[in-house]
Amino acid sequence: MDEPAELPVEGRGLTKHYGRIAAVDGIDLTVQPRDVYGFLGPNGAGKTTALRMLLGLLRPEAGTVRLFGRDPQHELPEALDGVAGFVETPHFYPYLTGRKNLELLAAFDGGGAARRVAALLDLVELTERADDKVGGYSQGMRQRLGIAASLLRDPKLLILDEPTNGLDPGGIRDMRDLITRLAAEGMTILLSSHLLAEVEELCTRVAIIRSGRIVYEGALAELRASAAPRYRLRATDRDLAHAVCLRSPGLREVALHGEEIVFTAEEHAVAALSRSLVEAGLGIVALVPETATLESLFFELTESAGEPVTAAA
Amino acid sequence: MRPTTLTAYRWELRKLLSQKRTYIGIGASALLPVLFVVVMALQKGGPYDAPLGHNLRQTGIVLALVVLTFASRFGAQLVTALVAGDVVATEDSGGTLKMILTRSLTRRQILAGKTLATFTYVLALLAALLSTGLVSGLIAWGFNPVIDLSHVRLSAVHALGLTVGALALFAVPLIAIAAFGIFLSALTHNSAAAIVGTLVYELVQEATAGLVHLSFFKHYLLSDQFDGWHGLFQSPIYWTPVVRALWVSAIFAAVPLAIAFAIFRRRDVAGE
Repeated sequence: MDEPAELPVEGRGLTKHYGRIAAVDGIDLTVQPRDVYGFLGPNGAGKTTALRMLLGLLRPEAGTVRLFGRDPQHELPEALDGVAGFVETPHFYPYLTGRKNLELLAAFDGGGAARRVAALLDLVELTERADDKVGGYSQGMRQRLGIAASLLRDPKLLILDEPTNGLDPGGIRDMRDLITRLAAEGMTILLSSHLLAEVEELCTRVAIIRSGRIVYEGALAELRASAAPRYRLRATDRDLAHAVCLRSPGLREVALHGEEIVFTAEEHAVAALSRSLVEAGLGIVALVPETATLESLFFELTESAGEPVTAAA
Repeated sequence: MRPTTLTAYRWELRKLLSQKRTYIGIGASALLPVLFVVVMALQKGGPYDAPLGHNLRQTGIVLALVVLTFASRFGAQLVTALVAGDVVATEDSGGTLKMILTRSLTRRQILAGKTLATFTYVLALLAALLSTGLVSGLIAWGFNPVIDLSHVRLSAVHALGLTVGALALFAVPLIAIAAFGIFLSALTHNSAAAIVGTLVYELVQEATAGLVHLSFFKHYLLSDQFDGWHGLFQSPIYWTPVVRALWVSAIFAAVPLAIAFAIFRRRDVAGE
């Protein structure tokens, strides 16, 4: 019988304080093989601190991390075999060329990494600037070089912290295409971002972190499904329609938004409402279900429990 | 195949060779003997107050040692502090430490590579001084016998061998200074603090040596070990200061290095 595959990332109870502020407060993270896992949270929520702990750069005060079953706190560098990525902006030696920087990192990786340098420069479209010093690179070029540096390790798990930071719209599109392609090839990707559209486009599962605590972890589809169904109504007489809505059973959070009435309700209550509106002599101009956006869910999760407490990133 | 300490060392050397300041330090070291010859040519007599100084104008062999006594002692320590204090801290502030610590080398291997490269740089500084010291000294004053500190005449070839040995012995306490710079660099994560701290450390050693009237204690300070080579130019060779320079410097190097490795192995890498 096949042994179950080790989880790419398994973090349990990770905790880290900076002074009296809890940057990360007992978080659990579970990334399954082939996940494109979005790690989402406002700036300062603790995303980068958590990623640093995964990569063995920070020691958690409490909790454990396993990458493919190995502990990066005690088994470095072996625990990073098959793992690559960067936290915050990738940094390089400004007095070395892009190619030399990759050659240095490839030497530090060992194995066949050195043979991949040229192909990866090509992949991130830096071949023409490969022999220029990195000091003259734009932030977008450094970001692309960071991706190439990560792929040198031929990783099974790629950890990327805000990978589209500093990229122009074309660069953002190319980066997202690349991530999609790598995921399609079977790579597990853990992607931190505060860009909701990016996570929505790329990720299958998410963890949402707020003030150092995970407030949601699971599939994006389940997160959306967990939201109460919401509807927008426009009728020929707004005030009369509003009155009908208020006395209709099963409607909640009824509110006026300009010419529209918004509410949450289950389908059967909406069907009963449409009959009541017609019986009241009203014409229905629009009765539209609204899918909860990740944005609305994100704000609900990260702001609902009062003012978020800012923690170190 | 996994990379080794040698991989880290080779790339640390390549990084040093890619930076202008490396050449500025070595260039300055190489230039000093030439400038010294020019100054000597412009004045009459001397130098009288430097060990072996009385030999200049008769032979060029010991020029590098005289220059060390006059100008390069603090200069060599300054350049060493500039490189050693920067070696870890600059990667911290530049953010590159995060990049290299997430590869396939251990932290111990990375710091060992940096330490060996810094020590190599110290040796290169002295090699540059010796090379131009010999060339300019020989051009100015020739390859002639030397009168040693016991007023015994040494053949030119013998004196040349002793000069190389003396420079090598001078390198040992200088390496101990570098070790302290590496320790501060790993501890503070701040280049300026590590460089200034290393210079203050040197000055405190010199000042303490000046204040201490008990010669017994003075001989076990690092500052005194820079004069250990004088023993080589006694007839017969006076081995006590030579051997003491080796073991005292070794202790002054080993303790901060051991602490630096312990800190570097366990420390958090948090900031940019």
